[in-house]
Parts: sequence; structure tokens; C-alpha cells
Amino acid sequence: MPDQFEPKIVAFFCNWCTYLAADLAGTSRLKYAPNIRVVRLMCSGRVDPQFVLDAFAKGADGVLIGGCHPGDCHYQEGNYKALRRAHLLRTVLREMGIEDDRFRLEWISASEGDKVRTVVNDMVAKVRALGPLHLAAKPTPQVVAAHAHSITAAAVVGGA
Amino acid sequence: MSKPKVGFYWCASCGGCEEAVVDLAEDVLKVVEAVDIAFWPVALDFKRADVAAMADGEMAVCFVNGAVRTSEQEEMARLMRLKSQLIIAFGSCSHMGGIPGLANMTDCETLLRRVYQEVPSVANPDCILPQERCEVPQGSLTLPALHDTVSSLDQMIPVDYYLPGCPPPVKLIKDAVSAILQGAMPPKGSVLAPDVAMCTGCPRKDSKPEKLLVSAFKRPHEIQIDPAKCLLEQGLLCMGPVTRSGCDAACVEGNMPCTGCLGPTGRVRDFGAKALSAVASIADATEESKIAGVLDKIVDPVGTFYRYSLPTSILHKRNRHEGNGAH
Ligand code: SF4
Ligand code: SF4
Ligand code: FES
Repeated sequence: MPDQFEPKIVAFFCNWCTYLAADLAGTSRLKYAPNIRVVRLMCSGRVDPQFVLDAFAKGADGVLIGGCHPGDCHYQEGNYKALRRAHLLRTVLREMGIEDDRFRLEWISASEGDKVRTVVNDMVAKVRALGPLHLAAKPTPQVVAAHAHSITAAAVVGGA
Repeated sequence: MSKPKVGFYWCASCGGCEEAVVDLAEDVLKVVEAVDIAFWPVALDFKRADVAAMADGEMAVCFVNGAVRTSEQEEMARLMRLKSQLIIAFGSCSHMGGIPGLANMTDCETLLRRVYQEVPSVANPDCILPQERCEVPQGSLTLPALHDTVSSLDQMIPVDYYLPGCPPPVKLIKDAVSAILQGAMPPKGSVLAPDVAMCTGCPRKDSKPEKLLVSAFKRPHEIQIDPAKCLLEQGLLCMGPVTRSGCDAACVEGNMPCTGCLGPTGRVRDFGAKALSAVASIADATEESKIAGVLDKIVDPVGTFYRYSLPTSILHKRNRHEGNGAH
């Protein structure tokens, strides 16, 4: 039996709610899947869509954004911005062949340690069912430079 | 002292960039006076062999337009790199992949089937598709191979500078040529255009409200466009906030929204992500269903936000391994 696929999930949690909730989940010894790597940001509105794309391109199988409930954002409107961006980003991800279940936005307040557990466990199960995200690698400047003068090796570097 | 040798080449492009050189009008004569054009297949009768016969680095500079799509383009790009001291990616396709780069949303088979069979104006009852090799009584005929992925020039060979635009604005070309002739070039890797957003110099910028909110996005043919008001405020997807300036807001001057051909400003890594972020942020809605109502009206988001830059974007091509299941 091959080992069960363990998805890597990058989680962007806002400092004032979801990060505290994750902390609470920890101190309350709530067990949840160890597949998430948490990045703490000041606000869900700070999550630039470039961060999400970068996470996928660098090997994440899923990306989770956690912020304060509507009306509770420490900076008033950051989470509304996050919600609008997430909507359009999801449309683009879908077109780019990245399934909806790999990208999720959740409102989790500082007291909802239990919600961290259910959301993470549920997301890990869904991404596990989808399997690993095999994104094609983009040529890096190093690779390009290494092949710069290989005229005869042209065919090797081209292709898929 | 002999005049510096200059080359021009085109890869996967529409020909508009070659046209831009001609748009230099009588200034092209000054260029011709100052340099020796050593290779320019579109205009002059040089062949690949002429380039191959040159010493390495014999040309001072080569302007290469177009994305890289075929084995032949790749080979030519490598040859130029070998024979030229400077390589300048000329135009959006060479710079970021351009319109041809949108083919990264599909694969070669789908593309060929569509173009040679399904398009309503095509009659091809025998389903003949282009082949890399084809035997005819006279011998075998060959065609360059199509790459599976469209690349920007710098994804094939190291590039020294970028002249952005679709096509590059005449002013930027002139500035670049004189900088090269005077040896006054910025650091390697620079995009040869001002590093500020289009909105900064837009004639309509004063009509752009501080806090912009849009309740319905529209396409240019759907409305009577006010020629004085900020286009984004009118609900048109103007890419001015994320696009680099350098074209004197040519499209806005023509009463059309900027589509982003000059690419992003220097700090942005993914034009489309920044553009979608800017557009989503101004949608006038806070509830999920209302947000969907506003943003789902945007037709072809990838084609809109990544119109010129898909191959150089972070994801760079559509993921073709969907629903792969756990192992
Ligand atoms: S959004 Fe477009 S029309 Fe409005 S100020 Fe910027 S460039 Fe000008
Ligand atoms: S306005 Fe935008 S699309 Fe038009 S030429 Fe300038 S950068 Fe390109
Ligand atoms: S501070 Fe938590 S979402 Fe803005």
C-alpha cells in the first residue's frame, strides 16, 4: 500500500482573529490535521492574489485564507476586500485548471478554535481526494542562462 | 570606425512590431545612417546562413519581437544570442508572451483541431493537419515543430533589455536607439519605459475619484463612452492602475480603456493578479451573492487580465492535470 497522500496547505491567517483561533486550538489541545503551514498577516485584506498564486506555484496543494467575520475586521474593510478578490481569483484559478476545493476563504473569530479544526480537517480531506497539484515548472533564469548557447540542444530545452 | 551592426528578427508575432520600426518615419533614416543593418528578414534579403557566418558577438544589438512557439524560432533566438552583444525583447509578445501566449490556455492538439477542422470557415474533409515531415514525390518536406508551451523570449535565452508595448510606442523606440548609440543604457534587465503607472500621466486622472466603487462592469460597445471621465469609473476595465506608462495613454486618448500592453510596473510580478486585485477591490458589494453579481459580468477574466502576459505569469499555463485523484 502506498502511503496516503498528505496535501500541503498554505494558510494565510489574520493576526487579530484566525491566527488567535489557531493558537487557541493549540492551547486547547484540539487535534487537527498537521498539513497546514500558517503564515500570519495583519489582515486578510493583505493577502495579495500574487501570494496565493506563488503558494500554488511553489508546491502548495491548497491555499486557505482566514480572517475576521464581516463587520469585525480590525481595519474595517480588509475582509470585504479579501472576499471580493477571492471571488474573482477563484474564477481565474478555475479557468487555469485549479479546482475550487483547493482555494478557500473562511471567517474564523479568535474564540472559534473549534472552527479552525473543522475547516482544516475538511479542507485536507477534500484536497487529499483531489490529489497532488502537478503544476508544470516554468523555466527559471538559471536554466535559461545555462542553455543560452546550446544551439544544438534546442530541441531538448523546448517542448513541454 | 565602422558602424555598429544591428539585427531585427520576428518570432511568433503579428507583424505589428515590424510596422512600428517603419513608424519611426523619417527618423528611420537617421538610424540607418548611424548603424549597419546586418539582418532583417522582413525588409532585407538576408538569410539564416548570413547570420550563422558572423563571428560571435559581431552584431552590437538585436531587436527580437514575438513569442517563442516553434523549434525554428527557438533556434533563431539562440543564434541571435550568440551573434549579438545585446538582445532586446521588442514588444509585448517577446517581453511577456503577448497575445500568442494565450495559447497556453490550451494544448497543441486542441489548438490544431480547432484551427484546421472546427472553425466554421474551414473546409477540411480529410482532416489534414500540419505535419513536421511529409513525403511527396519530390522528396520530404519539413516544418518546424510546435512547442507545447508558448514562451517569452527570456524564457528561451537571456535578454538584456525589454522594449514594451503592442507595438512599442515610437517614442520609446527612439529613446532606446539613442541610448544604445550613446552607450547610456540603464542596468541590464531594465524595461525601457518609465516605471510609473499609466494613471499617473493619464489626461483623465483628475476625474478619477479618491474612493472608486463600481456597481457594474461594462464592455466598450455596451455604453456611450464619456470622453472626459475616467474609464474605470465608467465601469470599463481600464488597466491603467497596474500598467506601466510610456505610451502617452494612447488608448485612453482614443477613448478606449487601456488593455495593459506595456506590462506592469517594476515591483509587480504577476500583471493579471494585480489587475484582478485592483478590479475586485472596487466592486461595490460586500455580500457574497452581490459580489458575484458584479464580478461575474466580467467576460473572459484570464483573457482580460493576462491579455499580454500569460506565459510570464506565476502560473504561466493552464494546469492540464485536473482530477488526478490521489496517486
Ligand atoms: S483608470 Fe484608465 S482612464 Fe482612469 S485614470 Fe487610470 S488610465 Fe486614466
Ligand atoms: S493605453 Fe494601455 S493598451 Fe493602449 S498602448 Fe498604452 S499601455 Fe498599451
Ligand atoms: S484584521 Fe482580521 S480580517 Fe482584517
